[in-house]
Amino acid sequence: MEKLAIEQLQKICTQLRRDVLRMVHAVQSGHPGAPLGCAEFFVGLYFDKLRHNPDFNMDGKGEDLFFLSNGHLSAGWYSVLARSGYFPIEELRTFRKINSRLQGHPATEEGLPGIRIASGSLGQGLSVAIGAAQAKKLNGDDTLVYVLMGDGELQEGQVWEAAMYGAHYGVDNLIATVDYNGQQIDGPTEKVMDLKNLKAKWEAFGWEVNEIKNGNNLQSVLDGLEKAKSMTGKGKPVLNLLYTEMGYGVDFMVGTHKWHGSPPNDEQLANALSQLEETLGDY
Amino acid sequence: MSLDLKFTYTEKKDTRSGFGDGFLEVGRNNPDVVGLCADLIGSLKMGAFQKEFPDRFFQTGIAEANMIGLAAGMTIGGKIPFAGTFANFATGRVYDQIRQSVAYSEKNIKICASHAGLTLGEDGATHQILEDVGMMKMLPNMTVINPCDYNQTKAATIAIADHHGPVYLRFGRPSWPIFTPADQKFEIGKAWKMIDGKDVTIFATGHLVWEAVVAEAMLREEGIHAEVINIHTIKPLDQEAILESVAKTGCAVSAEEHQINGGLGDSIAQTLILHHPAPLEYVGVYDQFGESGTPAQLLEKYGLNAENIVKAAKRALERK
Repeated sequence: MEKLAIEQLQKICTQLRRDVLRMVHAVQSGHPGAPLGCAEFFVGLYFDKLRHNPDFNMDGKGEDLFFLSNGHLSAGWYSVLARSGYFPIEELRTFRKINSRLQGHPATEEGLPGIRIASGSLGQGLSVAIGAAQAKKLNGDDTLVYVLMGDGELQEGQVWEAAMYGAHYGVDNLIATVDYNGQQIDGPTEKVMDLKNLKAKWEAFGWEVNEIKNGNNLQSVLDGLEKAKSMTGKGKPVLNLLYTEMGYGVDFMVGTHKWHGSPPNDEQLANALSQLEETLGDY
Repeated sequence: MSLDLKFTYTEKKDTRSGFGDGFLEVGRNNPDVVGLCADLIGSLKMGAFQKEFPDRFFQTGIAEANMIGLAAGMTIGGKIPFAGTFANFATGRVYDQIRQSVAYSEKNIKICASHAGLTLGEDGATHQILEDVGMMKMLPNMTVINPCDYNQTKAATIAIADHHGPVYLRFGRPSWPIFTPADQKFEIGKAWKMIDGKDVTIFATGHLVWEAVVAEAMLREEGIHAEVINIHTIKPLDQEAILESVAKTGCAVSAEEHQINGGLGDSIAQTLILHHPAPLEYVGVYDQFGESGTPAQLLEKYGLNAENIVKAAKRALERK
């Protein structure tokens, strides 16, 4: 895929945010907050860093793989997949509707290109990504595996089973990212279940930690992802702590858990869209 | 009194060894087969594979949820993971992982579950899972197999490697008669009529197939001719074989080392009630947990033996 200038990537971020808002608004269900906060990550990954093939094959041999462990960010993932050529952009209209390939949470059953495993029930994606990374090693395939998790998701015990395993086996062709927005459905993570010092936790488990301090600044995301790539192949798995703001890009949605799982109404949608330029054409 | 058994044995062995030996063979035949185990390599008899193919074997530590996720990930890239642990930890403990990452995602994983049922013995009810077949058969896309002896378990292990899709393979710990041939062809989903009969059909799975063979001889001494069908594949169920047999015999017994709720018996009952209503008696565990004891003591106490199959067959006959 041809590399785009940062101005163009920025436009895709804006369009992704419009897509997310229009998708959840259209069905009055879904999770807008976190995908708004991860727009720069999704776009930086799919349009700049991933060596991938939108023609898609399930085995993914010879290409970088991405898994979305926090499957409720589906609207953002579907948008970036469609915008990077995995399936028709028009299909975003079908999100969460009956007979759609764009299930509420990502699924493989209907064969949506880009999705290699179902996710939604939290805590499972890191294990899956590590398994896929180990399969790559067995296949002599030197491409990378990426996975995104939520910070609230780290409350699931399975994540730490996988963390222990990834370090034990030195799975160094893996880049995991935590969307560190400090919010979960019931409130701020520090009130719901305090994650305390995540950097120290991951380091104690034997991971290389890469902090991306401004996860809503495209350049810092691109630089951070590049740095993470440079940390692979050195005997340890790599974890990005991606500091983002839930709801970023819309003034009344930013920095709160209130839009974690709530769609905007007509008026709120109009207000939000007025803050986000239509750059690539709405679906 | 010696019974005139239609199948006999000269040797006893655990079904888990049939799995271990079959697993080594598929490892030799298919370089994509990989193994995972959650700190029970010795118990699962996976050590020979691990020794011969150390790069294709992954000790996961005591972390079954992670093991299932790892296995799911390994299928992406074309691997065929055999993930082994005790049946208890291979099902209930990881049900959500199997549901989402394996069954719903249609991943080509073989969940290899040892120490199933009461015959685990002295470890007691915490480990004696009797609900696993029910949990696994409810999952769309899942194939559920419970072979009856060493030879059939080995044959099943080899067969599932060539079957694309998630499989739950259930086997056990106790030393058990080897009464089926070493060279048997294992066809997933195809019931095996072991003994022809006309009065009552005994549908059995797992260790209780042997008890059904013994029960058939006991019934024959009383002039009752039972048909014995080995249902090694509980899902997909060979409904044709079941209906054909019951059309002839007119009544049936199901026999399994499992709760009567949700097991093989329920699958047969559903088949009969939909297509050919006929009396069915269950031999299984009646809504209880197990306890510590020897396998023989437990099978007797919970009624999972030939004597109880004979009684159930007579009850079924009376209801015809």
